[in-house]
Amino acid sequence: MEYQWNWGVFLLPSAVNDGTYLDWMIAGLQTTLLLSLSAWVIALLLGAVVGVLRTVPHRGLAFGATAYVEMFRNIPLLVQLFFWYFVLPELLPAVAGNAFKALNPVAQQFVAAMVCLGLFTSARVAEQVRSGINALPRGQKNAGLALGLTLPQTYRHVMLPMAFRLVVPPLTSEFLNVFKNSAVCSTIGLLELAAQGRQLVDYTAQPYESFVAVTVAYLMINVVVMLLMRKVEVLVRVPGYLGGK
Amino acid sequence: MITIDKVSKHYGSFQVLTDCSTHVNKGEVVVVCGPSGSGKSTLIKCVNGLEPFQDGQIHVNGTSVGAPKTNLSRLRSHVGMVFQHFELFPHMTIRDNLTLAQVKVLKRDKDEAAEKGLYFLDRVGLKAHAHKFPGQLSGGQQQRVAIARALAMDPICMLFDEPTSALDPEMINEVLDVMTELAQEGMTMMCVTHEMGFAKRVAHRVIFMDHGKIVEDDSKEAFFANPRSERAQQFLAKILQH
Repeated sequence: MEYQWNWGVFLLPSAVNDGTYLDWMIAGLQTTLLLSLSAWVIALLLGAVVGVLRTVPHRGLAFGATAYVEMFRNIPLLVQLFFWYFVLPELLPAVAGNAFKALNPVAQQFVAAMVCLGLFTSARVAEQVRSGINALPRGQKNAGLALGLTLPQTYRHVMLPMAFRLVVPPLTSEFLNVFKNSAVCSTIGLLELAAQGRQLVDYTAQPYESFVAVTVAYLMINVVVMLLMRKVEVLVRVPGYLGGK
Repeated sequence: MITIDKVSKHYGSFQVLTDCSTHVNKGEVVVVCGPSGSGKSTLIKCVNGLEPFQDGQIHVNGTSVGAPKTNLSRLRSHVGMVFQHFELFPHMTIRDNLTLAQVKVLKRDKDEAAEKGLYFLDRVGLKAHAHKFPGQLSGGQQQRVAIARALAMDPICMLFDEPTSALDPEMINEVLDVMTELAQEGMTMMCVTHEMGFAKRVAHRVIFMDHGKIVEDDSKEAFFANPRSERAQQFLAKILQH
């Protein structure tokens, strides 16, 4: 049987009359962007803190940070997602659990997905930040301390600015991963890009058009991320150091 | 100014420093030398608390370094230190390297700090390079900036940890010249170095270390003319051949 290509399908009104199928895809794209970017913000902030804690000379803090990283990066993302969405609301104190369940279903899915993706990615960011800090010459920390800076000041002004520069390339990979991993969130019913693509197949029986559109959308997102991060790399380049002039 | 009293340090079962005692008086220049692994860098890092030690006491200007109550950051802010690998902050301009700690630690305002920093940068002959980044300077220039950075904090004494060991031979003298000038102005200095020429010219006393112990602690005249220990004699014979 010959496949009937029909790119016009995107402009047809949807089966439930809430705009065109293209509108579905755009809505999915928006959800993917919003979800991934908010998860990335969580991941960067938490990851930076946890990554730093793994390197501080305090056993309790370093142990806690290590436990955090190992937990979030060694449990499959899908399992974590089910935990946040299905299990945790039941375990929370009644007030919090009920508050969560009182949200509209889309908000519930979004919050669970955002927290899940954010924490999962933060563990990976933390490892990158830690490796960046450990890659610095040991004397840098001593030089900061010897000038009378406190340890937090030394991290803030001396070590972290260089550590973050060192890990821009691996962080770019993690940034790309957030968008790709966000597709997993369709499993709890969140209508992000991949889910909208699948829904389109169900309604129109035009799977190829749908999957091509979804693929191109993900590719475009990641091309933009790559270009952006390359810009960042150039911006933070240090003259006379690390590929700078 | 600096007194080191029966200081011992070990990593696990490995003894790095054993019962080290010495002192540096105000205005005195003390050179610490010895074979590699003898503990001289560790000892000098104990003085400003960068390395903890288990036994003994170190006092800098009356403040006990090892005491848990001591505010180490405050103590370090007026003990200048210069490192083997310069350790300028590569992401900052020379000017910012010079002002960072002045502003953050001594709470000087930015203009005052910049003025002070540039004054010392001028003194080490590098005023024209203030806008550059450390990576754009040679090793010798970076080390002179590092000395200026320490001086800008108005230190009561200076610690040098092999300041010329990472330099190309042709750059060693520009750094030693700055150090010599500093010594002649009466700065209290403790220098770990292999530069015996510098020791002969500038030092008041020489300390010789081996296997974590202070083997000799003598005036430079006595040390160079007539080292008492066999180990120091061997060391001098090897180092002075060239």
